Amino acid sequence: MKEILNLKNVAVEYDRHGRKVRAVAGVDLTLNSGEILGLVGESGCGKSTLGKAIVGILSPITGEIVFDGQKVKKLTRGKRPDHFRNLQMVFQDPYGSLNPRRKIGMQIADGLIVAGMSKKLALVKAADLLEKVGLPRNAVDRFAHQFSGGQRQRISIARALAAAPTAIIADEPISALDTSSQAQVANLLVNLVDEFDMGMVFISHDLSIVRRISDRVAVMYLGKIVEVGTVDQIWNNPSHPYTRALISAIPHADGTSFMPKDLPGDVPNPMSPPSGCRFHPRCPLAKPECSGNEPELRRLADGRDVSCVLQTAGSQPVTLTLN
Amino acid sequence: MSTILKKLKRSKNANSIWRQPLAVVGISIIAIWTFLAIFAPWIAPYNPNAQDADKFLTPSAAHWMGTDELGRDIWSRIIHGARISLPYSLLLVVLSAAIGSIIGAISGYAGGKIDSFIMRVTDVFFAFPGIVLAMAVAAALGPQIRNAVIAVTIVAWPVYARLVRGLILNAKQNDYVTASALLGSSALRTMVVDLRPNLSGPVFVLASLEVGNALLLLSGLSFLGLGAQPPAAEWGSMVSMGAVNFDRWWVGLFPGLAILTAVLAFNFIGDSLRDALDPRTAKALRD
Amino acid sequence: MNLLTVENLTVTLATGSGEAQAVRNLSFNVGRGEILGVAGESGSGKTMTALSMLGLLPYKGKASGSIMFDGREILTSTKREYRDIRGKEIAMIFQDPMTSLHPMLTVEVQLTEHLRHHRKVSKAAARNSALELLATVKIPEPAAALSAHPSQFSGGMRQRIAIAMALACEPKLLIADEPTTALDVTVQAGILKLLHQLRTDRNLSVMVITHDLGVLSSLTDRIMIMYAGSEVESGATSDLLKNPRHPYTKGLIAALPGNSEVNSKNLLSIDGMPPELGNFPTGCAFHTRCKFAKASCKETLPEVLNLTSNHRIFCPVNPFSELSNSGSN
Repeated sequence: MKEILNLKNVAVEYDRHGRKVRAVAGVDLTLNSGEILGLVGESGCGKSTLGKAIVGILSPITGEIVFDGQKVKKLTRGKRPDHFRNLQMVFQDPYGSLNPRRKIGMQIADGLIVAGMSKKLALVKAADLLEKVGLPRNAVDRFAHQFSGGQRQRISIARALAAAPTAIIADEPISALDTSSQAQVANLLVNLVDEFDMGMVFISHDLSIVRRISDRVAVMYLGKIVEVGTVDQIWNNPSHPYTRALISAIPHADGTSFMPKDLPGDVPNPMSPPSGCRFHPRCPLAKPECSGNEPELRRLADGRDVSCVLQTAGSQPVTLTLN
Repeated sequence: MSTILKKLKRSKNANSIWRQPLAVVGISIIAIWTFLAIFAPWIAPYNPNAQDADKFLTPSAAHWMGTDELGRDIWSRIIHGARISLPYSLLLVVLSAAIGSIIGAISGYAGGKIDSFIMRVTDVFFAFPGIVLAMAVAAALGPQIRNAVIAVTIVAWPVYARLVRGLILNAKQNDYVTASALLGSSALRTMVVDLRPNLSGPVFVLASLEVGNALLLLSGLSFLGLGAQPPAAEWGSMVSMGAVNFDRWWVGLFPGLAILTAVLAFNFIGDSLRDALDPRTAKALRD
Repeated sequence: MNLLTVENLTVTLATGSGEAQAVRNLSFNVGRGEILGVAGESGSGKTMTALSMLGLLPYKGKASGSIMFDGREILTSTKREYRDIRGKEIAMIFQDPMTSLHPMLTVEVQLTEHLRHHRKVSKAAARNSALELLATVKIPEPAAALSAHPSQFSGGMRQRIAIAMALACEPKLLIADEPTTALDVTVQAGILKLLHQLRTDRNLSVMVITHDLGVLSSLTDRIMIMYAGSEVESGATSDLLKNPRHPYTKGLIAALPGNSEVNSKNLLSIDGMPPELGNFPTGCAFHTRCKFAKASCKETLPEVLNLTSNHRIFCPVNPFSELSNSGSN
């Protein structure tokens, strides 16, 4: 297992109606090859913005993103440096991610042609990649509108594979698909990560799927990471009050009378976040000091990171009890 | 382009271009003019420059449209005039579409300051009435048909630039453009390979609507003496002579009708193409 | 007596290639104060079922059969009669509160508009009702909220406002079409809690349409599973989810991410895709994807099989007839 991505203190801003919104406010994160890191959080937490910054679509205003030993630079009008072509992205919208007027085969072959391969050979390889994602070889001559949403996502994955990626950022890749397609595309991603020993950041709001396919999970709230741990750690013993609230809100489809717990209040406006710990106004376990200094991410004895005063660095996680 | 032809061949629904009578009329008229233009030397009854007959003869069996101020057969001159007006208008449209599209594409893809600058420039061009600007350029370059074409091209390119810029701005937001960049495609390559196929349809439709305009401007310049020079049989300059000799109604009427039919025909075709191909194109053109 | 009794409901729609049945011979009922869940994938006909209650079928859509609401037949209502039913007796909320609330009108106008239409009340009285409604759905600072516009609220808040609007004239039945699908999970929990509360406080009947079995498990008393316009299974929520008996229901439950094999990352799913409108397979529409299908399954429409007084399936094969421990296949 080698560390393929390293983020330190990354902050990302974007312009909204002339005002700057800090969607990501200082994030530390690592990704290893061969692992799937689930990145979860609710609307407005900044996970998609973070995903875009990792590949270079957006540029961080502070901090640095290191991919395979080199600092990621923003996409320019020139050709993306070869080194970074191994860092690819799969997008959410199956309809906007393929060019409606070009043949599928050519779109997949692009990644190879740009690297110097001949068009003829590239098209053959494109057919190989289509097979790998479970589509027929003759799809190379067809157009996007002839395929369903799930199939289009698989084509997008094949296109990303053409660049022989070592890391893939998947930004809500299955959210726009129907249930059967979701399972198929998720399985495909899992198998590819395994086969090619890639690292994958799986950004999603669907906690159940994240739980099944991820190795580690990072939870975001209002632009900050609140907790990072293995899937079991996060689900069985969440050590941050927000993580706990999130897990408790997931319905169980088991026919018991389990009622998911709601979290009162609304996500604050990212343009004016609360002082100190960003979650403290909604936190049932908040202490007076929580509105003072923003707690840093601390490493617990079981290897996870959490940013909450209730947890002490180096110790075992304290089990949170909420009323 | 091939997709357009394919669509034309296959469309069977009510929007099909063949179902629209105006389109059929337009295509027929242009087909007739093209035929006349190609076979002019064999069809025209007289040499267009031969000053054999008497001046200002009224239309008769010998001279269907009468003769002009130098005794030349007007009908023959009109047929030969098609050889100037049609090809030059088409050339003009191709040139202005090409130049305008490239400028618009650069503006749309580059964004930022380059985009703002180019848009200000096009605003300046739009501020002038086309004929006035064309006159100025043609006069500056010297009265010649070639300079008239240059002048009208300069007037005509901004509308393509604006269209293409809009299309590119729209297309740029799609994830497939980002994906291309992530795979290592440079901006130029993305433009040519990814975006161009999305442009050809709307640009072609706009061009077909603009041919009529081009013809009018070109004829207008010749009318004013800034385009085709005598003895060239160009419709615009023929109308000009007709304006001076208003009582000899046939001198100006027939070249005028020639211009009218050709421009109308192109407009019919352009309208029908636009409606038949993509209802959203019509919206993009109006904006 | 049940509040809503639907019998042999068939909804026919006009598609590009002729007529197609979106709902086929559907029968179900909703009791007073009961929450019924209607589950199914896209194309199952669940939304059309709801729309036919309110006379909101798309252009050229036709419904036949019987819909008895509060003791009277409403399927044959005229447009005017439907207008009186909508909002006052049966109300509906939709998936996307962004598009179901008018972006240009204030919350006050939207809340009081049909209140004043259905009951001739004064503006002041309507305003008071609106304030009460906002308090009922737990909108903070109701007075300020009245003069705000929907765009100033979050998705969850907008859905609460939509519920307030739906409740304005005190309907007996609330139809909720994917009410929480577009919301974050913590926000969803709040809406589910609210719907529970409303049922308890007002004896409100609710028909919840969703594909999310987790939502149904938390919220509903009974569930009806639909496939290709027909019912395949229905029963009490706990019974159906713990002991599913139709192969499709079993497949749906097995496909839940939490239920796949413990050591594998792979998600299970039912092979194939749900059929499209107008292209339903013959006989039992599920036979093309069913592991237990027999030759007769593609010939005859399945008849109802009552397993208990409150659990029935439409499957002549009934492959899970031995009472097995839940979870094993």
